[in-house]
Amino acid sequence: MKNSLNRIFLTTIAFVLAIVWGLPFLYSIWTAFHPEEYSASFVWDAPLTLNNFTEAWNAAPFLVYFINTLILIITILVANFILCTVVAYAFVRYKFRWAGFLFGFVMVQLLISPEILIVENYLTLSSIGMTDTIVGIALPYLTSAFGIFLLRQTFKTVPKSLDEAAQMEGANAWEVLWTVYVPLAKPIYLAYGLVSISFHWNNFLWPLIVTNSPEVRPLTVGLSIFATVESGIEWSLVNAATLMTTAPLILVFLIFQKQFISNFMRAGIK
Amino acid sequence: MNLRLNWKLCTILLILPCSFLIAFTHYPAVQALLNSFWNNASSRRPSKFIGLKNYEALIQDDKLIQVLLNSTFYAIGTIPIAIILAIVMALLVNSRLPATALMRLSFFMPTMLPMVAVANIWLFFYAPGIGLTSQILSIFGIPPINFLGDTDISLISMMIVAIWKEAGLFMIFYLAALQSVPQHLKDAAKLEGAGSIRIIFDIILPLLKPTTIFVAVNALINAFRMIDHIIVMTRGGPNNSSALLLYYIFDVTFGHRDFAYGATLTVLMVLILGVMATVQFWFLDRKAHYQ
Amino acid sequence: MRMMFKRILASVVGASLAAVATSVQAADLEFYFPVGVNAPAVATIEKLTNAWAQKNPQHTVKAIYAGNYEETTLKALTAAQAGKPPQVAVLLAIDLFTLIEEDVIQPISDIAKSSSDKEWISSFYDGFMVDTRFEGKTYSIPFQRSTPIFYYNVEAFREAGLDPKSPPKTWDEMVEMGKKLTVKDSNGNVTRWGTRIPSLGLAGAWLFGGLVVSKGDVLSTETGTEARFDTPAALESLKFLKRLAAEGAMAPGGITWGDTPKAFLEGQTASIWTSTGNLAFINSNANFEWDVSFLPGGDGPGAPTGGGNFYIFKGISEEEQEAALDFVRFMTSPESAAIWSIATGYVAPRADAWETPEMKSYSANLPQALVALDQLPYAYREFATFQRSKVTQFLVDAIEGVVAGDADPKEALKDAQDKANDVLDEYK
Repeated sequence: MKNSLNRIFLTTIAFVLAIVWGLPFLYSIWTAFHPEEYSASFVWDAPLTLNNFTEAWNAAPFLVYFINTLILIITILVANFILCTVVAYAFVRYKFRWAGFLFGFVMVQLLISPEILIVENYLTLSSIGMTDTIVGIALPYLTSAFGIFLLRQTFKTVPKSLDEAAQMEGANAWEVLWTVYVPLAKPIYLAYGLVSISFHWNNFLWPLIVTNSPEVRPLTVGLSIFATVESGIEWSLVNAATLMTTAPLILVFLIFQKQFISNFMRAGIK
Repeated sequence: MNLRLNWKLCTILLILPCSFLIAFTHYPAVQALLNSFWNNASSRRPSKFIGLKNYEALIQDDKLIQVLLNSTFYAIGTIPIAIILAIVMALLVNSRLPATALMRLSFFMPTMLPMVAVANIWLFFYAPGIGLTSQILSIFGIPPINFLGDTDISLISMMIVAIWKEAGLFMIFYLAALQSVPQHLKDAAKLEGAGSIRIIFDIILPLLKPTTIFVAVNALINAFRMIDHIIVMTRGGPNNSSALLLYYIFDVTFGHRDFAYGATLTVLMVLILGVMATVQFWFLDRKAHYQ
Repeated sequence: MRMMFKRILASVVGASLAAVATSVQAADLEFYFPVGVNAPAVATIEKLTNAWAQKNPQHTVKAIYAGNYEETTLKALTAAQAGKPPQVAVLLAIDLFTLIEEDVIQPISDIAKSSSDKEWISSFYDGFMVDTRFEGKTYSIPFQRSTPIFYYNVEAFREAGLDPKSPPKTWDEMVEMGKKLTVKDSNGNVTRWGTRIPSLGLAGAWLFGGLVVSKGDVLSTETGTEARFDTPAALESLKFLKRLAAEGAMAPGGITWGDTPKAFLEGQTASIWTSTGNLAFINSNANFEWDVSFLPGGDGPGAPTGGGNFYIFKGISEEEQEAALDFVRFMTSPESAAIWSIATGYVAPRADAWETPEMKSYSANLPQALVALDQLPYAYREFATFQRSKVTQFLVDAIEGVVAGDADPKEALKDAQDKANDVLDEYK
């Protein structure tokens, strides 16, 4: 008896929490699909409309923003994969006296991320003339301390015997890296990739500072400009734009839910 | 591995990639320190060396005191609450209650959204009188709360948004940890007649400690790094009641174009983070020794 | 046949003369403009710039939508400091002193030297010209200007037993009528407030400026070195805002600009103080009878002006200067001003624009558009000084501290005044 009462009690709590948690997002969906006059009033049979989406799409160059975001995350991802792999490999495979110090030195970026030093980083970028460019946005993130950390952990678990065996067969450092270490770290690359993509898709402050032309803006910055209008905010439009800019990531998430979550978990445990 | 690192390899493997990192982490920190001793250049005169004058201004800045208080309160508020909620969510999702997949979706969804999107949604949610919170409150006969327009409440409103966004991510880490709790421990406890509550508190929570440390560090970093919602929702207001340190740096530098003072504040921020890191490191080091 | 030949000859001669006259200097213009999220506005700008380009085939003009005002200013400053300024840009009227301090703009009055040019400059409403002047020269030309007005719900007035033909003119009337217009539900919670005056952020400071003007003072002057915060007018204005909340005519706490029109449409407030630029939005979405009037004033009507002006940049060639001036004259001609005003809701900044047939029929259809114009003689420039962003923040903090917190008005204003003086003293 007590058990089923407990169960009902817990289920109720869980449901209430889940609904409360989902409320803001559901509210946003409601507003995006209904005309402006219903955006704050919940009439059950209010007419649905897709007008907000078409209007929002036409009001700002979202396609350009979308492409910019894609270019940005792909650039960063590729650079991360290459650069972090290489650094992690060096840490794991070679012993040198200052390895510990260098590793700690690099890990500082975990705490002092590029946004913290936004003033100076902007000035640096400005002095090399890379402000208002997509590559400029990517520069501080090309080598990621988090990526190095993850890959180093993973590479450490590769059995030395495999490395030695490959060396016996005459493989040089690069070939060993490519044929032994990288394949074994595939799940981590996937995990890290998903973390990186969602982080940089959603990154706002640094791109805001770096860009001021519509041609290079990513989605987050485009959305924020969209929402700050001189003459008052049209909620249904803003929410439609919000959904539009987050939809791709959400869709990918919904489809790959299981992988996403298990990868985030893996990134966390390691 | 006893392989030696020759210079060519070293350059390619380490120096080149790390130089990007150093150029945007360590180098700017030093630059900030140097720049904090100079004033702003204008079109009429170049910048002048002014020694510690910027730091004098820093000490006399009463807005900064407010900002530091806000940042402290914000960190102390969001971190424990997000962690507790994350543990509760993880326990619920990991249980055998119905529809856990839906619950998990609902809890994790905010993590997938960019903070600017979250801020826009909550801006709407919070609007007094016309937003959903006011409508819900009015069902219970409670007058609408001015979430963003009251100096006493605005910071808490920002904290709620941050917790809403983060807890789902932390839940995932706890889920991973929960799933690696050895079943035999739980079974043994059950055999000894322990109720679920006791199992949770005496067995599971202690095993979650490493995860909690990891999550807490993440939450701390986020508490300093994440200011997108402040930019979109309150601009630090009303009257700086919701201004956090990084927001203040952003406003001073890119709003008022005062790069010199911005550099000075950056130095302060790096110092604070450095102290926190050292304390953490020392604390974790001690724990390692005990274990 | 001979007629036709004569005609062709005439047009050929005419065309070649025109070609000779205009082909002398060719310039490529870059024109930065800020527009909010408003697709028709962007299309209208492009239509206008294309029209000018067609009339002046020897020049080219590239209209660059640079984002919101802040971004456009930043972009223009960055480009100018890198040695490649745009030739012409529409930037905030209040950025005048910043642009002067950065030494990136030149006075339009220095380029516009002919008598027809001078006549053109003097044809703008003085209310919009006040913030274009510095040290005797005219630095900018009004283009997209706005001013706030008082919108009210006629049906709500009737329900409260008030005459919709007599909206409040004074602050006392506002308080009294506001109280009558406030409606509570059975729990004692307010479902509709009497009025709603945004008080948070820069928008709040904008409206606050209007309150101060209505009490006979101003927040800043043409010198750009004076901030007048600690004045009796400002104190009375803060007290007015507090009184509205204390006597139950307005919601307590800080009020945002962004959802004020929406609150009006939802019936959450019976009247609002917001930009005339919202006319079209309210007109198309209101499902109740509404009207507009002057903002209620302390000792008489008063309002702030806001919006953007044309600036011509320094460091451009003579041909570019001439072309830029011609471009600005075209964009602010009566016809262009009328087109722009109708498309966006901004107030056309010159009298002859209001006389065009398009404006006449527009204002016949929407007579509320004329109220902002009628209020103009009582309007004064928005707050602006050197280091504008920093100094305005002192004012914003003071207003927010009083309205959204429990700061003492006199102390808050004095504090803001001291801080402003510290910053501005080095410019005096």
